[in-house]
Amino acid sequence: MKSKQEQNKKVKKAVFNDSKMSTLTYMRVHKWLYIMLIPGVLYFIMFRYIPIGGLIIAFKNYSPFRGIWKSDWVGLDNFKQFFDTKDFWILLRNTLGISLLQLVIYFPAPIILSLFLNEIKHMGYKRIVQTLVYIPHFISWVIVASLTYQLLNTNDGVVTYIFNTFGITMPEILSKGKYFWGLIVGQDIWKETGYGTIIFLAALSGVNQEMYEAARVDGAGRWKMMWYITLPAIKGTVIMMLILRVGSLLNTGYEQIFLMRNDINISYADVFDTYIYTKGIKNGKYSFSAAAGMFKSVVGMIMVLGANKIAKKAGETGIY
Amino acid sequence: MIKTSRKNKVKTGVADNVTNIIIYVVIGLIGIATVLPFLYVAAGSFATDKELTERAFFIIPSVWSLNAYKYAVNNGNIMLGLWNSIKLTAFGVFTSMAFSLTFAYPLSKSHLRGRNIILNLVIVTMLFSGGLIPTYLVMQAYGLYDTYAVLILMGAISPFNMIIIKNFFQELPKELEEAALIDGSNEIKTFFKIALPLSKPVIASISLFYGVGYWNDYFNAMIYLNTPKKYTVQIILRNIILLASNISDAALDYYDMNGAPPDKAVKMAATVIATVPILCVYPFIQKYFAQGVMVGAVKG
Repeated sequence: MKSKQEQNKKVKKAVFNDSKMSTLTYMRVHKWLYIMLIPGVLYFIMFRYIPIGGLIIAFKNYSPFRGIWKSDWVGLDNFKQFFDTKDFWILLRNTLGISLLQLVIYFPAPIILSLFLNEIKHMGYKRIVQTLVYIPHFISWVIVASLTYQLLNTNDGVVTYIFNTFGITMPEILSKGKYFWGLIVGQDIWKETGYGTIIFLAALSGVNQEMYEAARVDGAGRWKMMWYITLPAIKGTVIMMLILRVGSLLNTGYEQIFLMRNDINISYADVFDTYIYTKGIKNGKYSFSAAAGMFKSVVGMIMVLGANKIAKKAGETGIY
Repeated sequence: MIKTSRKNKVKTGVADNVTNIIIYVVIGLIGIATVLPFLYVAAGSFATDKELTERAFFIIPSVWSLNAYKYAVNNGNIMLGLWNSIKLTAFGVFTSMAFSLTFAYPLSKSHLRGRNIILNLVIVTMLFSGGLIPTYLVMQAYGLYDTYAVLILMGAISPFNMIIIKNFFQELPKELEEAALIDGSNEIKTFFKIALPLSKPVIASISLFYGVGYWNDYFNAMIYLNTPKKYTVQIILRNIILLASNISDAALDYYDMNGAPPDKAVKMAATVIATVPILCVYPFIQKYFAQGVMVGAVKG
């Protein structure tokens, strides 16, 4: 009985008086918390940090027979080689081309859709439409690619049939390089516009409905209310999303591009990630591709952090 | 005063109604257009090849046929891929949840010493990674090449999902756990007996996030799996569709070895088979994912 009381005291102390303990006592009292951390910590070391350490092969001439440690150091040769290739500029052009097109066309799409959805007062109808437009977000890129081929291919795609019925020749969207960027952005719009509305609709749900009532009583029309009430309500969210989008200009979705890329459109379709895959895993130029990957990761990280800093300065809450 | 404003309201109401109708129609069309490709492919999978070549576009086939599905089922590859994906997703979700929940719980305790160091190290991995090639070489060095283990372990904890769970744990009422601790329970027991039962919404939504991720993964499976018997449904589907679109040399080799490309209806049936499992869990996703997204928005 007494011992139980003592134990209670100890635990009470553990729960309420942590700050006064020495670290060793603290760790003994909370040993289960530390034991629970072990699998996660091991995971982050083995599957996140050791691969980061593996980046040293970017400064080596990796040979599969000698392994990561015993391969020779070559300094910055791999990076120099990468920047000297014509490929580098093509990759940069394609990545930025796709990203900027996304920024101009795909970025505003969810904002416009949520403004429209916000106008719908019939909740059942709104929910049905939302259910439909969220679906593609959960579909794999393989299925998106499959649907695209079945719709657009020039042999037996359904759009080709429809075009033919009207006497129009179907452009070779799937193989001609000049259509590739548009194709990718089109897929993005179809897949993510609906899901993208969630964050804006959440911002809109915080708007006090009485403001609309008051505006209506004052004789404000639909456009005035949109301009003076709805848009200011999502302005902050829009600015933050825009800054973050600019910060991730280098991160074009590689699974998507990889699936739509082929031997004919490759000069417009190759971006950093697909190039790293081809050169590294297919052609075995491990160190060269690791250098290319490291360049992309470092520049990408600087851009994301920079964007986040700007977002914070602009008075929005950043992500990191 | 009140009367005039009422009049005003009615006046604008007429023009408003026209705009309203336009908005309702446009939004409805966007909704339908989003699912139209699915409807067409689903209809086509039940149609005969004859109809598919003769009719431009349809949502209801005039002659119903199950031939495409019979071919797909007998073909074996698709069914094997489906089964492999189910196994991968089941083990994957279990592993990911076990790792993420046990890791998130201690980190949700604000008094935990060393918490900030660990959280910062987790956040670093959201910003920077070794990238494809170093990861690939390290996984090979672990002897994980061509195993499902690599597909599961590589992404066992998504930092983003883990932080959502952590934030959820933080929001739980502290009194229950403290009372249990004072009653002589230890922290692992409180985790299992109190924290987990209270966390069903976040467990459901994060499981779905992980599940969709494992099910949809193509790139990692393509890179790390080498034995055709281990291929997931996404790889099989990609092979069926893309090899038949006769663009690459690999496709031509494939025809030489295997004869004619799969019929159009079979391609459609394969697409449907790979999509249906996601659509089956979609109602649950709908119910939970908004919750998950919102919980994630609460800053910890």
